[in-house]
Amino acid sequence: MAIIQYLLLQGFQMLLVLAVAPLLIGIVRRVKARLLRRIGPSVFQPYRDLIRLARKDVVVAHNASWLFLVTPYIVFAAIWVAAALVPTYALGLIFSWSADIIVIVGLLALARFFQALAGLDVGTAFGGIGTSREMMIASLAEPAMLMIVFTLSLLAQSTQLSSIAHYMMTVQVGLRVSCGLALMGLVMVAIAENGRVPVDNPATHLELTMVHEAMILEYSGRHLALIELASALKLTLYLSMLVCVFVPWGMALTDAGPLALLVGVVLYPAKIAAGGAALALLEVTVAKMRVFRVVDFLNFALMLGLLAALLLFVSRSI
Amino acid sequence: MPVAHGLAFDVAHMLAGGMVTVSFMLLFQDRLFALIQFIALHALVLTLALGWQAWLQDAEHLYAAAALALVFKATLIPWVLHRLVRRLRIERAVETVVGAGMTMLFGICLVGLAVVVMLPLAAKSPLMWEDLSFALAVVMLGLLIMITRRNAVGQIIGFLSVDNGMMLAAAGAHGMPFLIDLSIAFSALVALIVFGIFLSHIFKHFDSVDVHTLDRFRGDQP
Amino acid sequence: MPLPLVLCLILAMLAAGPLVTPVAGRSWAGGALYGLCLAVSGLLLVAGLLGLAAAGAGTAPQLVRLPLGVPWIGAGFRLDGLSAFFLIVVNFAAAAASLFALGYGRHELAPRRVLPFYPVFLAGMNLVVLANDAYSFLFSWELMSVASWFLVMAHNHDPANRRAGYVYLIMAALSTQMLLVTFGLLSDFGSHLDFEAIRTAHPPVEIARLVVLAAVIGVGAKAGLVPLHVWLPLAHPAAPSHVSALMSGVMTKVAIYGLVRILFDLLGPPEWTWGAGILFIGGVTAVMGVLYALMQHDLKRLLAYHTVENIGIIAIGIGLALAFRANGFGLGAALALTAALFHVLNHSLFKSLLFFGAGAVLTATGKRDLDHLGGLIRGMPITAFCFLMGSAAISALPPLNGFVSEWLALQAILISPELPQWVLKFLVPMVGAGLALSAALAAACFVKAFGIAFLGRARTVAAERARETDRCSQAAMLALVAACVLAGVLPGMVVDALAPVVTLLVGFHMPTQSSEPWLTLVATTPERSSYNGLVLMVFIAVSALVAVYGIHGLASRRRRRAGAWDCGYPETSPATQYTAASFAQPIRRVFASVVFSARESVDMPVPGDLRPARLTLTLRDPVWAVLYRPVVETVDTAAGMVSRARTLSIRQHLSLVYAVLILLLVVLALWQ
Repeated sequence: MAIIQYLLLQGFQMLLVLAVAPLLIGIVRRVKARLLRRIGPSVFQPYRDLIRLARKDVVVAHNASWLFLVTPYIVFAAIWVAAALVPTYALGLIFSWSADIIVIVGLLALARFFQALAGLDVGTAFGGIGTSREMMIASLAEPAMLMIVFTLSLLAQSTQLSSIAHYMMTVQVGLRVSCGLALMGLVMVAIAENGRVPVDNPATHLELTMVHEAMILEYSGRHLALIELASALKLTLYLSMLVCVFVPWGMALTDAGPLALLVGVVLYPAKIAAGGAALALLEVTVAKMRVFRVVDFLNFALMLGLLAALLLFVSRSI
Repeated sequence: MPVAHGLAFDVAHMLAGGMVTVSFMLLFQDRLFALIQFIALHALVLTLALGWQAWLQDAEHLYAAAALALVFKATLIPWVLHRLVRRLRIERAVETVVGAGMTMLFGICLVGLAVVVMLPLAAKSPLMWEDLSFALAVVMLGLLIMITRRNAVGQIIGFLSVDNGMMLAAAGAHGMPFLIDLSIAFSALVALIVFGIFLSHIFKHFDSVDVHTLDRFRGDQP
Repeated sequence: MPLPLVLCLILAMLAAGPLVTPVAGRSWAGGALYGLCLAVSGLLLVAGLLGLAAAGAGTAPQLVRLPLGVPWIGAGFRLDGLSAFFLIVVNFAAAAASLFALGYGRHELAPRRVLPFYPVFLAGMNLVVLANDAYSFLFSWELMSVASWFLVMAHNHDPANRRAGYVYLIMAALSTQMLLVTFGLLSDFGSHLDFEAIRTAHPPVEIARLVVLAAVIGVGAKAGLVPLHVWLPLAHPAAPSHVSALMSGVMTKVAIYGLVRILFDLLGPPEWTWGAGILFIGGVTAVMGVLYALMQHDLKRLLAYHTVENIGIIAIGIGLALAFRANGFGLGAALALTAALFHVLNHSLFKSLLFFGAGAVLTATGKRDLDHLGGLIRGMPITAFCFLMGSAAISALPPLNGFVSEWLALQAILISPELPQWVLKFLVPMVGAGLALSAALAAACFVKAFGIAFLGRARTVAAERARETDRCSQAAMLALVAACVLAGVLPGMVVDALAPVVTLLVGFHMPTQSSEPWLTLVATTPERSSYNGLVLMVFIAVSALVAVYGIHGLASRRRRRAGAWDCGYPETSPATQYTAASFAQPIRRVFASVVFSARESVDMPVPGDLRPARLTLTLRDPVWAVLYRPVVETVDTAAGMVSRARTLSIRQHLSLVYAVLILLLVVLALWQ
C-alpha cells in the first residue's frame, strides 16, 4: 500500500508543477504590467492562450521532417519530467533519487538539443540565428551552473536536491558568503536559460536580437502550445530549484504527516508567486543587453561560482 | 562538514567576502558611473566591516575609522568623482585593456594565490588567515583594476579599492594603531586631489583621459 | 575461452591479410574478408566477455608464452580483466565495422590498397592489449601503426591525404620512440622485459617520473592529447570510413590501454603531481578539441577533432584516479577510473556510429563538406536517425550512455575537495568547469553537424538525390544505437562488469550496483548522488505519450502543410540557410578570437561595382604556430646546411672526416 501512496505523492507533484507553470507566467506578466502602470491581462490569461492554441490546426512547412513533428513532445516531456523531479512541496519523493541536479541540467540540455534541431529543420534564416545563439548561451551557462552545483555539494555533501534542501533546513549553515554568491550565480544562470529580460526578451518578435522566439518561429497550434507550456515549466523549475535550495522552510520532510504535506502544498505556490513578482521587478528595472554582452554576464556568473567554491575552501578548512 | 561558528565570525566572514565580491564587480564594470557606484558600495561594505570589528574588539579607533570611511570613501569621494566625470563629459568613455572574461579568470587566480600565500597563518590563527587572505585578495584585485584600465578615472577607482583592502587588513589585525588607519585615509585623500588635478590637466591639454596619450610627450622618446 | 585459441584466432586474422592480397581486386574478395573479420571479431568479443566474467569470479589471469621474438624470453601474452575489457571494446567496434564494410566496402575505389591491411590492423590492436612483455607490446604497437598508415594512404591520389600520411608517420615514430624509452626505463635498460618482472620491480622515483613523462608523450601522440593531436584530424578522415571509425573509436582506446597499463599496473605507487599533470592536459585537450571541432565544416574532420575532446575527458578521469590513489582515497580512485573506462567504452560505440553515418553520407552524396549537404533526413531516414542518436549520446544527453560517463566523472570531481593539496583543490574545479564547457560545446557542435547535414533544405543536387544506404551498413549502425541505449539505461551492469578491472588496478571498486533497488546507479552513497536512466527513459516516454494522447484526444489533431513562415520573408534559395560557418559564428566570436586569433574581414564593393561582397575568415592554429613550425623550420635549416655538404670536393670531404676523428680523440682525452 505504501508504494501506491508514494506514487500518488509523486504524481501529485507532476500535476502541481503543470498547474502552477502557466499561473507563474500570468503573475509575472501581471506584475510587470502593474509596475509599468498598465492594467494588464488576468493572471489566468496564459491558460486561455494555451487552450486556444491547442484547439487550432497545426500548420507545418512543406519541407518539415518527422523530427520537427516529434520535437514539441520530446521537449515538453523532458522538461516536465525534470520539473517534476525538483522537490516542490515535499522532500524525498519516491523518484527524487532517480535524478540529482546534474541529471536535471542534463534533461534541460536534452530539451534544448531537440529544440535547436527543430529550429534548423525548416531551413530558414531566423531558425538558424535563434539556434546558434541559443547554443552559445547554453555553452556559457553550463559551466557556471556546474560551479554552483560544486559549491552546493561542497556545502551539503550531496548533489541530490532533496538532501541539499534537507541540509539547509536542519543544519545550522550560518551566514555564508558562498551561499549568497551561489544564489546570485544561480539567478543569473536561470535568467539566461529562460531567456528572461537582460538576456532575451520573451515578448518580442521580429527583432534581430531574439533568441528563443526565433527558434520556435515555425511552430503553430498545439505544437506551439506544448512549447510555450514547456518554457513556462522551465521557468517554474528554476524557481522551484532556487526556492528548494535557498528558502526550503515549510517543505514537508520525508515521510511527513498529512498536515506537513498540506502546509507544503499551500506554501509552494506562494513562494513561486513571490519569486515571479521579484522576477517581474527585476525585468522592469534593467534593459535588455546586446547578444555579445551576455558573454560577460554569464562569465560573471561563472566567476561567482568559482569564487563561491574558493571562499568555501577557506571557511571550510577553519 | 563545515563547523558552525558564532554569529560574530559569520558576519565578519560575510562582510569580508562581500568586499571580495564587490571587487569582482568593479573588475567587470566598464561604465564610469557604474564604477563609481560600485566603489561607493565597496566603501560601504568596508564601513560595515570596520564597524563590526570595532564592536567586536570594542575599539574606539575602529569606530572612527569606520566613520571616516563612510564620510570620505562612501560619500564624498564618489560624489566628487561623479561631478568630475560629468563636468568633463566623459560619461561614455569605456575602455579596458583586455577582455572581461580573461581579467576575471586572472582575478580568480589572484584570489587563490592570496589564500595560498597566507596559508602559513592558518595553523596559527584560522580567523586571521581568512581576514588577511581576503584583504590581500582585495588589494590584488585593486591593483588588477588599475592595470587593466586605460582611463584615469578607472585607475583612481582601482587605487581606492587597494586602499580599502589595506583598511580591511588593518581592521582584522588586532591592536593595529589608529595612526595607520588615519594615514591610509589621508593618503587616499591626497591621491584623490592629485588625481583630480592630473585628470583635469590631461583633459585640458589632450582632450582625452587616456593615459597613453601622455606617452607621446615623453622626453626619452625620439 | 583459452588464451591459445584466442591467439590462434588473431593469427588467422593476421594471415588473412597476405592471403587476400593476390585476389584483392576480385569482386567477392571484400565480402569474404569482411565476413571473416566479422566472425573472428565476434569470437574474440565472446572471449573478452568470458575473460571479464572469469576476472569477476576471481580466476587467475591466463598466461601463454610463444617461442617467438626475443630468444631468451619469447613472446608473452596474458588475458586479465583489463585486457579482457579492452578486448571487448576493440572487437565490438571491429565487428560492427566489418559488418558496415560488408556493404560500404563495395563502393571502395581501391580495394587492393585496403583489404590486405584491414585484418592486419585489427590483429595488431588485439595483440597490443594481450601483450605481456615489452617486446611483443612494441611489436604489436608498430604493427597497428604501420597497418593503419597504409590504410590512411589508401587514397593517395589526393595530396591532402599524402600530407596526412606524412605527418602521421612522423608522429607515430615519435610515439614509438617514446614508448621505447618508457619500457627501457621500466625494464632497467632491458634487463627484464617481461611485464611480470616489471610489475614487481618498482623503479626509483626519479626514474618513475621520467617514465610517466615518456609514457604520456608516447601514448598521447597516439591517442591525440593536445598538443600532440595534430596528425589525428588529418589522418583519421583520410582513411575509408569504416577504418576512420576504427582509428578514432578503437585505436585511440588501445593507446589509452597502454597508458592505464603503464601507470596503474606496471609502475609503482603514484605521486599526486602525475595526476595533476594529466588532469591539466586532459582539461586543455577536452576544451581545445571541441573548439577545434566547432570550427570545422568537413564532417569527418569534425568527428576526428571530437575524438581529441573525448580523449581529454578520459585523461581527466585517469588523472583524477591517479591523484586520488596517491592520496590513498581508494573509493575516489575507483570512481574516477570507472568513469574513464566507461567513457572508453562509450566513445568507441558512438564514435564508430558517427563515422559510419559520415561514411553512409559520403557514399550517398560523395560529399564531406557540411555546406554541400542539407535535408538528408528525407532521403536517408534511417541513417539520419542513427546519426541523431549518436549525436545525442556524444553530447552527453540523458538517458544515453555518454551522459553516464560524464556524470560519473563529474561525481569524481565533486568529491575532490577532500584532496589535501591546494593545487588540486584549485585545479579540479577549474577542470570541472572545463568539462561542463566541453559537454555544452559538444552539444552545440553536434546540433551543427546534424542540423546542417541532415536538416534544412538540400544545398546541392547530390544532397537532394541522396538515397538510403545498404542493409549491412544500416544493421551495423542500428546495433551500435542499441548498444548506446542499453549502456545508457543499464549503466549499473557496465559498472559492475568494470569492478574487477578497477579492483585489479587501484585495489577498490565502486559500490556494487546490482544490489541497488530499481537498477539505480550510485556513485558513492545513495544520499550523495544517484541516477536512474531507466526510470528517466520510462518517465519521458510516458509523459510524451500522455501529451500526445491528451492533446490529440481533447483538442485538435488536424495538420495542414503550407509554405515556411519565417516572419513573412521566406526565401526560396537554399543558400540563404545558415551554414556551418555561420552557425559557429557566435561561439567563434566568444572563444576563438582568443584561442585561434579568429579574424573576420568583409570586403564590400562600392555601389556600382559588380563583384560580389566577400567575408574572409582567418583562423590560426596556436599549436602549429607555436610548437611545430619552429621545429619544422629548424629541421629545414639543418637539412639545407647538410645538403650543402653534397657539393664538396673529395679533399673537403676527407678533411671533414679527419676533423671529426680529431674531435672524437679530443673528447676521449678529456673524458679520461
